[in-house]
Amino acid sequence: MSKHGADGESMRTDGTQDAGRGWENAQPIPESYESQAAPPGGRHGAHHRKARGRDSTPAKAVRGSAASRGPRSNRDLVRTGIRGLGQTLITFGLIVLLFVVYELFVTDIFTNQRQEELTEELLQNWEDDPALDPTLGPDLPGGGLPTVPLGDGFARIRIPVFGGDYVKVVVEGTDPDELLQGPGHYVDSAMPGELGNFALAGHRVGKGSPFLDLDRLLPGNAIVIETAETWFTYRVMGDPASGDYDTDPSGIPGQEIVSPEDVEVVFPIPGVSDTDVEPTAAYLTLTTCHPKFSAAQRLIVHAVLDGPGLPRADFPDGPPALTEN
Amino acid sequence: MYTWIWRILPGGLPGKVVGSLVLIAAVTALLLFVVFPWVEPMLPYNDITVE
Repeated sequence: MSKHGADGESMRTDGTQDAGRGWENAQPIPESYESQAAPPGGRHGAHHRKARGRDSTPAKAVRGSAASRGPRSNRDLVRTGIRGLGQTLITFGLIVLLFVVYELFVTDIFTNQRQEELTEELLQNWEDDPALDPTLGPDLPGGGLPTVPLGDGFARIRIPVFGGDYVKVVVEGTDPDELLQGPGHYVDSAMPGELGNFALAGHRVGKGSPFLDLDRLLPGNAIVIETAETWFTYRVMGDPASGDYDTDPSGIPGQEIVSPEDVEVVFPIPGVSDTDVEPTAAYLTLTTCHPKFSAAQRLIVHAVLDGPGLPRADFPDGPPALTEN
Repeated sequence: MYTWIWRILPGGLPGKVVGSLVLIAAVTALLLFVVFPWVEPMLPYNDITVE
């Protein structure tokens, strides 16, 4: 009996009944309950059990399939629906996550690649024929209105406090296609060194994040613009000693946070909407979104030209301001 | 949907795993290089200009 039981255990772990083996050894469960109804052993008894075993299996299967066609099919539908909904939601979640990764990291790769190409093109242009440089404005054959094809690089911006490796090619135009490549120059705003307002827009987060740390610029910090022939050093307005942005007699603050509609910040004299007033100073304005990861407001930095432009021929390694930090 | 994809992927378990990875890579590339750059300008939070 104990031998039978042990065999039975091993058979059960194998799965179902083994038809090839002797029936006397198999089917421990029927044996255990049949042993009370009928004496175990004997060919007749074994046949009897075998027959019942054969009958019971199909009977169970029929019962199962009948049940799944019946009330359980509704539950299966519901289950499939919920699973589909769950999978869809998880998929959307993953896509959104991937979009965040794209915004924060993948666009940086695109923009940095584009910046390298732009740098190469720009340096090549400067080398080929500096006299054709659009930033030379009045010397242009057209009579002074500097026009650069949209998306073309024409200058480089360096901000020493952001580190010596902070160099970005400035492209013409502020449409998404241009800003994808780097800081963009507001069309119709002044050119570097020109009286008026040289206004640039740049992304805060993603797309190379050129203006990520614009809020860290303090009064007196240098912003250096490099053109074909000249270095222009602008300084953030305000009082360097106290760090107060609002001390400039012109009333133009070194930093301000405005609503997206405040276009006056890029006017020839920042904040002055009267176009009849001729600008008497060369300003630089940087605009980006604020706060980070949002576009609710705009962070604006105003700077003013500090001294005349220095010829690149005399200062091949840049103006003294470049070594500040 | 995923069950169905898994079922029709050929090549036994290794083939299914490789097939799944290829599909995931293809979908990711499609999203990163085609869909997201196209969708992005329509979203509001990239406005950095004053206008």
